Amino acid sequence: MKRGQHHIIPPAERATPDLNSGKYLVMWQGPQHPGITGNMSLRLVIEGDTVVDCETHVGYLHRGFEKLMERRLYMQNFPLVCRIAVPEPDFNEYCYAAALEELAGIDIPDKAVWLRTLSLEMIRLASFLMWIGGQAGAFGHGTIAQWSVTMRDYVLDLFEELTGGRIYHMYIIPGGVRGDVPKGFLQHVLETMDTIEKNLNDIELVMFHNAVYKMRAQGLGYIPPDWVDTYGITGPNARGAGVARDLRKDLGYLAYPRLDFQPLVGKVSDAYERSQLRLGEMFQAIDLIRQIVDKMPKDGPFREKLPNPLYWKIPAGETYVAAECTRGEYGFYVVSDGTDRPRRIAVRGPSYTHAVSVMERLVRGVNIADVAGLMVSLHTYPPEIER
Amino acid sequence: MNELATELAARYGARDWHDQRKDLASIWVDPIRIHDTLAWLKDQAGYVHLSFLTAIDNIERKAFTMAYTLRNHERGHSLIVHCDIDRDHPVVDSIHLLWGQAWTYQRELKEWFGIDCPGSPRKDEEFVLEGWDDLPMMRRDFDSLAYSQATYEDRPGRETADPAAHMKQKLYPEAPL
Repeated sequence: MKRGQHHIIPPAERATPDLNSGKYLVMWQGPQHPGITGNMSLRLVIEGDTVVDCETHVGYLHRGFEKLMERRLYMQNFPLVCRIAVPEPDFNEYCYAAALEELAGIDIPDKAVWLRTLSLEMIRLASFLMWIGGQAGAFGHGTIAQWSVTMRDYVLDLFEELTGGRIYHMYIIPGGVRGDVPKGFLQHVLETMDTIEKNLNDIELVMFHNAVYKMRAQGLGYIPPDWVDTYGITGPNARGAGVARDLRKDLGYLAYPRLDFQPLVGKVSDAYERSQLRLGEMFQAIDLIRQIVDKMPKDGPFREKLPNPLYWKIPAGETYVAAECTRGEYGFYVVSDGTDRPRRIAVRGPSYTHAVSVMERLVRGVNIADVAGLMVSLHTYPPEIER
Repeated sequence: MNELATELAARYGARDWHDQRKDLASIWVDPIRIHDTLAWLKDQAGYVHLSFLTAIDNIERKAFTMAYTLRNHERGHSLIVHCDIDRDHPVVDSIHLLWGQAWTYQRELKEWFGIDCPGSPRKDEEFVLEGWDDLPMMRRDFDSLAYSQATYEDRPGRETADPAAHMKQKLYPEAPL
């Protein structure tokens, strides 16, 4: 097949406004702005109060993790990987640990499988609770953030009880998890889920039936279904466009094949529906957590014995391990050259697509007051772009 | 999946198919055929999703190994397509017309490895780094430790900047350095 016969995507049309005409204003939103998710900035060209062009700028939180990891022993990288995505570090831990286990040929005990799944669903809930506060706040609904951040803190209490850490847990390690559940922990989990579920019902009533929220979010940031493959859109942003893809189902990793759930799918694909979908996924996470507590083995080992981590050499090879985080496909590409340090680690975060290519296209024609709400509706997180 | 390997070998001379898992494989092609291989995989073989693309610096054999990771949702299968490009003249075809997010990865490749993808939008603009005037940072011959020592001052309160020696001193002060 010759070049040109393929289905090609036309380059995104960029507006070329004459900035000297006096008709336009260049305005920076971020990097320190309450309407920006994380440390990122948007260079907006506006006409009146409508955005006509946008350039995304990242790099404010670049810490060189991928480079640093090449210099360190495999086990020394654990304090680094969790810091790539602050609201949900556990997905990094899982992808990295699972990649090393695959390359090293290590099987983990069944109890560790369940505890990892529990940890990932708990952090999914915590991350969504932080997000929903931002989404409501972006449209002037600050009360929701106060409620949801309190609920998130209850989940962080659980993490503190389970792992000793509130934000960074370093709980999922090669071979399994770092520790078993403390006495009474599972009961605390169930009680906390009841509390959060009740609060989410209140949030649903107050936020999703609010006329102002509806007026501003409905119709905002429409993602056409054919963009999903074109732009590599994943997670709730893709499911909101009617594409029923969820790696928990599609890859069937950890204990997900043994849990009863179906991906939630929308069809309107605007900011309002995406937020409804995420609220639904929060209820779903609560349900999954209850299922895990019910089904997980109460006894048995939680960790496989590993070689001395200071002398641990991973056989040469490469792999890509992905997981469904709150924003979509999160993955670690790990290349080993047979030594005690990784040859290359590349992190695939969903924000790489959502916050740059998709955001730059969606924001054109949007009212300047709705830029923040649009960005939060994509649930972007810049540090995973910069790594 | 062997049918796909055979098809790719016949069409594009692809070689060294390797099944890493039942849902993940890798294959190698010549760099001159990378664009057409990826385009065929996307348009004809159902590998419509570009998970990511990156490079590995194989400095020992003077090559950058490109890694394009695609996913076929229908088959539940991912494929990493590799090609080696000359490290001294790192140029590879742009795929920004195949996937709408590819230009961002290619912009990153230019900044982090010095790999050029001619025609890729905004590829010469700064991406993550600002005012960077050293070797591209992800190259193996860029020494991040030497760069840090030359650029930043040591943290006060430490007799040594070596973390291992510092922790040894802190935990076992009586032990000889």
